[in-house]
Amino acid sequence: MTEKKSIRGQYGETLALLGEKYKDIVVLDADLSGSTKTKVFAKKFPDRFFNIGVSEQDMIGTAAGFAVAGKIPFASTFAIFATGRAWEPIRQSVAYSKVNVKIVASHGGITVGEDGGSHQSIEDIALMRVLPNMTVIVPADATEMRKVLETVVDYNGPVYVRSSRIDFPVLYDNTYTFTIGKGDVIREGTDATIVACGFMVSQALAAGDLLGKRGIRPRIINMSSIKPIDTAILVKAAQETGGIVTAEEHSIIGGLGSAVAEVVSEECHVPVKRIGVQDCFGISGKPNELLEYFGLTPEDIERAVLEVLEKRKYSIQEKDFGRR
Amino acid sequence: MQWSREEALKRLPEEARQIRIEILKMLHQSGSGHTGGSLSATDLVTALFFTELRHKPEDSNWEGRDRFVLSKGHAAPLYYAVLSRLGYIKAEELCRLRKMCCMLQGHPDSKSTPGVEISTGSLGQGLSIANGIALGLRLNKSDARTYVLLGDGEVQEGMVWEAAMTSAHYKIDNLCAILDRNGLQIDGAVEEIMSIEPLADKWKAFGWHVINIDGHRFEEILDAFEAAKEVNGKPTIIIAKTVKGKGVSIFENKVKYHGAAPNDEELEQALKELGHKKL
Repeated sequence: MTEKKSIRGQYGETLALLGEKYKDIVVLDADLSGSTKTKVFAKKFPDRFFNIGVSEQDMIGTAAGFAVAGKIPFASTFAIFATGRAWEPIRQSVAYSKVNVKIVASHGGITVGEDGGSHQSIEDIALMRVLPNMTVIVPADATEMRKVLETVVDYNGPVYVRSSRIDFPVLYDNTYTFTIGKGDVIREGTDATIVACGFMVSQALAAGDLLGKRGIRPRIINMSSIKPIDTAILVKAAQETGGIVTAEEHSIIGGLGSAVAEVVSEECHVPVKRIGVQDCFGISGKPNELLEYFGLTPEDIERAVLEVLEKRKYSIQEKDFGRR
Repeated sequence: MQWSREEALKRLPEEARQIRIEILKMLHQSGSGHTGGSLSATDLVTALFFTELRHKPEDSNWEGRDRFVLSKGHAAPLYYAVLSRLGYIKAEELCRLRKMCCMLQGHPDSKSTPGVEISTGSLGQGLSIANGIALGLRLNKSDARTYVLLGDGEVQEGMVWEAAMTSAHYKIDNLCAILDRNGLQIDGAVEEIMSIEPLADKWKAFGWHVINIDGHRFEEILDAFEAAKEVNGKPTIIIAKTVKGKGVSIFENKVKYHGAAPNDEELEQALKELGHKKL
């Protein structure tokens, strides 16, 4: 069985390590430090940890102030409260002001599970992606989370990083390098491309295994950097594989699927199919049950790839027809 | 620039008069903007910048500077007039307020204007920002202080009270909030739109040291700044009773001029009242 590791746990660990080297790091939380794992930093650096209580807007505003004073603030809470409740302070005081605030939010997506729709964030990527000056990153495993944090700490500007409640399969080893604005071809292939982020990268790899049994080899791209997005890697994939399936634990509106569709529609037309939450809210259940219920399993991705391959056939015929 | 108390009391009225003139000329040029709330806070902000703040206009990023956040960002014309008088921005920029590609945006924008610490304009956020700055300065072992100007209508924003708790909880005593209690907001009288009284009691209950003053009497303003510095272990708020549109009879206490700029005739009369000869 594949090794699994908590990416929010990794956040806590890495943050505490970075805190030694970067004396200007301060960490803020809104009464969820046990869940977001900022507690690890808090224990080690109590003077540089600020629990703001259940007040996400104030947490973000305070973080912006820390940045103005030359600090490197990391602000954490659940994804929906960080990006939803505090959206306008993020817009005004962080993105518009272009200050160096890192928002690292846990509990993204439906795999939050039992807490239900109120706590399952299916909109955060869209809410952050729409903001000018904002960088949006969704790591695919604990290794990538660590690399992302080591990268963004040196990047001067607003960043949103999404983490999750559940443990993710470990996909990368220490040799992996993360670059803002770059996707990673995690598995080569020429029969369509699956572009995924976060936990769905693991699901995409499993879908790739299923498709392999049919003799189909899709390319699989981990698009952890959703904004800025890697246009070059997408255009290349569209040209070389002729069809794209996106997979994300987020609404199909406004997230990775939309970002990819925007690039493909402007740069290189190929069929696109979006796997994600189909414009509805989450419900209570176990993560695995929810993944099945919302159509986010490897089998769902497999089906989408087969559909895209069908459409690709059709669109190639259409192009040929046009030529005649 | 910092004046002694004696010098300040002599010079502040004239400085404030000049700043009011600049504000009105600027607003008239742009044809839009916030007259009432710029004039109500003129004496407070002028006194703050000319006597209290430690800063270096020639080096707007000087590390040791005291920080100022204009939480009521719509008083931008006042902010710009003060920054211009101090030399942060050239006087000729003032006539470009709110114009295409100018450095003086409709609301303060730190990316465009030297001397502006952070962009504001959406009400309710400045106190949180000021808390963060003050806590950051404290961690840096800096003795610099942080000042934030709030509007009275602005405290209807819930986020202000979240921040008020944080200031008290973290005993942020290198912070001084100033509340421009002019009594009017864009839709009418504050007490009619959404009552905020008893205001001083609310801040006291939130753990603040409260100083009530007349926001147009410079002795009281300067005394309040001094007193705020002596408070240990809790944040201070100066609740300054002011007159919206202060200094020009046709604007005073008129809701209409919350968000309206003076037209030609209004400007002429205003400048006459302020003793300014040429247009």
